[in-house]
Amino acid sequence: MGSRSSHAAIPDADSIRRETGFSQASLLRLHHRFRALDRNKKGYLSRMDLQQIGALAVNPLGDRIIESFFPDGSQQVDFPGFVRVLAHFRPVEDEDTETQDPKKPEPLNSRRNKLHYAFQLYDLDRDGKISRHEMLQVSRKREQEM
Amino acid sequence: EEPTQKPESPGEPPPGLELFRWQWHEVEAPYLVALWILVASLAKIVFHLSRKVTSLVPESCLLILLGLVLGGIVLAVAKKAEYQLEPGTFFLFLLPPIVLDSGYFMPSRLFFDNLGAILTYAVVGTLWNAFTTGAALWGLQQAGLVAPRVQAGLLDFLLFGSLISAVDPVAVLAVFEEVHVNETLFIIVFGESLLNDAVTVVLYKVCNSFVEMGSANVQATDYLKGVASLFVVSLGGAAVGLVFAFLLALTTRFTKRVRIIEPLLVFLLAYAAYLTAEMASLSAILAVTMCGLGCKKYVEANISHKSRTTVKYTMKTLASCAETVIFMLLGISAVDSSKWAWDSGLVLGTLIFILFFRALGVVLQTWVLNQFRLVPLDKIDQVVMSYGGLRGAVAFALVILLDRTKVPAKDYFVATTIVVVFFTVIVQGLTIKPLVKWLKVKRSEHHKPTLNQELHEHTFDHILAAVEDVVGHHGYHYWRDRWEQFDKKYLSQLLMRRSAYRIRDQIWDVYYRLNIRDAISFVDQGGHVLSSTGLTLPSMPSRNSVAETSVTNLLRESGSGACLDLQVIDTVRSGRDREDAVMHHLLCGGLYKPRRRYKASCSRHFISEDAQERQDKEVFQQNMKRRLESFKSTKHNICFTKSKPRPRKTGRRKKDGVANAEATNGKPGDLGFQDTAAVILTVESEEEEEESDSSETEKEDDEGIIFVARATSEVLQEGKVSGNLEVCPSPRIIPPSPTCAEKELPWKSGQGDLAVYVSSETTKIVPVDMQTGWNQSISSLESLASPPCNQAPILTCLPPHPQGAEEPQAPLHLPSDPRPSFAFPPSLAKAGRSRSESSADLPQQQELQPLMGHKDHTHLSPGTATSHWCIQFNRGSRL
Repeated sequence: MGSRSSHAAIPDADSIRRETGFSQASLLRLHHRFRALDRNKKGYLSRMDLQQIGALAVNPLGDRIIESFFPDGSQQVDFPGFVRVLAHFRPVEDEDTETQDPKKPEPLNSRRNKLHYAFQLYDLDRDGKISRHEMLQVSRKREQEM
Repeated sequence: EEPTQKPESPGEPPPGLELFRWQWHEVEAPYLVALWILVASLAKIVFHLSRKVTSLVPESCLLILLGLVLGGIVLAVAKKAEYQLEPGTFFLFLLPPIVLDSGYFMPSRLFFDNLGAILTYAVVGTLWNAFTTGAALWGLQQAGLVAPRVQAGLLDFLLFGSLISAVDPVAVLAVFEEVHVNETLFIIVFGESLLNDAVTVVLYKVCNSFVEMGSANVQATDYLKGVASLFVVSLGGAAVGLVFAFLLALTTRFTKRVRIIEPLLVFLLAYAAYLTAEMASLSAILAVTMCGLGCKKYVEANISHKSRTTVKYTMKTLASCAETVIFMLLGISAVDSSKWAWDSGLVLGTLIFILFFRALGVVLQTWVLNQFRLVPLDKIDQVVMSYGGLRGAVAFALVILLDRTKVPAKDYFVATTIVVVFFTVIVQGLTIKPLVKWLKVKRSEHHKPTLNQELHEHTFDHILAAVEDVVGHHGYHYWRDRWEQFDKKYLSQLLMRRSAYRIRDQIWDVYYRLNIRDAISFVDQGGHVLSSTGLTLPSMPSRNSVAETSVTNLLRESGSGACLDLQVIDTVRSGRDREDAVMHHLLCGGLYKPRRRYKASCSRHFISEDAQERQDKEVFQQNMKRRLESFKSTKHNICFTKSKPRPRKTGRRKKDGVANAEATNGKPGDLGFQDTAAVILTVESEEEEEESDSSETEKEDDEGIIFVARATSEVLQEGKVSGNLEVCPSPRIIPPSPTCAEKELPWKSGQGDLAVYVSSETTKIVPVDMQTGWNQSISSLESLASPPCNQAPILTCLPPHPQGAEEPQAPLHLPSDPRPSFAFPPSLAKAGRSRSESSADLPQQQELQPLMGHKDHTHLSPGTATSHWCIQFNRGSRL
């Protein structure tokens, strides 16, 4: 769907690329996917949009993943936000990220940010701590499916 | 030894009866086989006598050298080389066990994670090696560096290249197992060596048929067919393996009642897979590898614990045996100089080329692969991979199989192959260890993943799969997730026993394993204490649990645990009481309860649990129970035990206990010993049924889980009780002292282990007031149905103590009546009861606790055999 218009300009493509480190091609692909998920051409994704992905529904951690796209309880995620979350999954680039350029914000795919992302999957109530209860809940979720 | 004589052979009439006859030829073949294996095994033992030698020299080198020596001796004695590695033997008998072993125990997760790299090296790498080596040798010949005696064209060299290029699984396994490089590196080299078999087979066959046809007759379609056959052979082999894996898994699902053949099935079907693939000239190695890899998960879940161990050990034994024989025969075969013809140019050229092209191939492929790999393979890995490309017996067997009439240069090829194999196994095998050390290659760290690790690993798998879904990219994680869903939904349902499938719950599984390990260490400790300090046993439970887990420790310290020992001191006991208690604990912990001893064990088709094992199990259960008790008692201040006023002497306590119990909930709870005995029997008969259709593993697992389930129910019960009884003002103030005293005194532990047995038979709940009748009817049934040992206790118990039957109605009779001589049993019976009584809703517990008390009494009596009543009782039960 919409393959004709897939070359439509991505808003702020350059700044997104700089922030996330995705290549032009990946970004295009992601944008394409983003619009495929975006049912009503709203320009953003809602939880419903993501929940419609079939495979995600059976994934025990699916709802946690979906939740991670909506920081701070917001109801929608736009394309930069979408890409930003996915940028956590790019491979770690350099070992010596710490040494270079302390002013620059840490890239999203640094080890620390990856960890932070994983952490917030467990942190159900977003209080910055994983409580015993949360840990149990996530583990159990996973376990139910096994 | 027992040689080959057969004293009586009735089929030989004419020369009269011979007393002694020598029939070497009848047994020659198997005898020689056995002898070779024996020699190889003895050699292994000798090598391992010296740690220094084996740490420096790989075993495969030593075996080859030994083979050389043996071959030399045979040659010197017989003047001709008698034995050698026959390709038929090698492919049909020696290779399958090694491949099965490696396939079955292949870490599947690691294998599939690196499948891309493995396949690349196996397919592209092998093709590359074969063609470049063959072509380069041909070039060498054209350049005039190979003597003109070697009559070979390009096709011959390609054929030779194809057989010499394949990395050999046997050699790789033998060397890498001693080197301990990290898992990724190992799985890549080893996986390559297994999977390249398909390529080797195809290349070898294609080249061979081309050589036989003559290069002039080869059509363009033949090349295409060659390429197509690569797919047919590899995919066909894998398919055969998977089909047999499926059959194997399915078969083991139904072996519940014939556990003894489970290991055999594994070997038979895997071997059938090998032979089938060989028959259809598919890749047999691939077939067995896939069979082992595919069936393991289901087979392991289906077969019993013992079968698992058997499979493991048999497989390892066979594989190591085969490997030993292969290397030794390789050495022996090399001695036979009639088969070889030496050409220095060819030999040196081959050696240099295989090393060079291997290294080049690895570097090139790794460069490509690293574009895609998350964790790239660095230079050191590449060095090890290049250097670890060992050639071995497969190449040798293939070269022996060549037809001399078609391949005139066969003798030269044989010699070259032998040199290459020896060089790679001996020189590279010897140097790879120092090399790995020198390069500081990441070593493997041997530890099992912790529970935490496993949990997170699975979590991350799910996360990655989910993200691939979101991105809409169908990558590796996506497919694995798909596969897992499919496996869970259909395959596991189909191939696993329902019980096994249930148990597969992973957290429980890990928890269970941890539990077992923990318990083993606990029992070890306990045993130690027991043996070293002899009779100072009563403190054993508490001491151990303090030492045991930090959790227990903490709870003990923070909670009411501090009072524990005080109470022990407070309680003034006569030496005699103390001794009794001590004795009780000693017996309770150490004695094996002779339950189910009537089970006949003369069947060939079942291995009955032997006594030792049952004993271990029971002791283990007891210990676990005791530990749980002590844990609980510190955690919750148990106040229901208030019903037994503590600073009292044993004798009085019994009465009071009963009275109290009666008072607290006016239930006719007192079941006499006879009752309980009868109850045991009913329970046991049930258990038998249970057992007959529930596997050992299931039982084990059940019990593992029950510890916990029980614990919670106890907690509930305790909570309820503390609410019910106003006797204790608050749970805090009634300190845990009673529990401590309890621990020291018999009943507690007795109660402990019964829970384990109760667990499976909760179905049988008989109202208390109907128990007499029930038990009587049951026991009369029992006496008909069950073996004599079983009924002995009832039959002998009932007569001497008739009023036992009435006891539910007149409970106070019991304490009053045989009391003076009857020291422990009543207290036991009541102890359990007084506890369970308080929870009126657990009748089965109620009927079983006295039961345990009764049992305890039977052990106890040998120790406290002061009363003749006890003795009588015992004698009765032993009848």
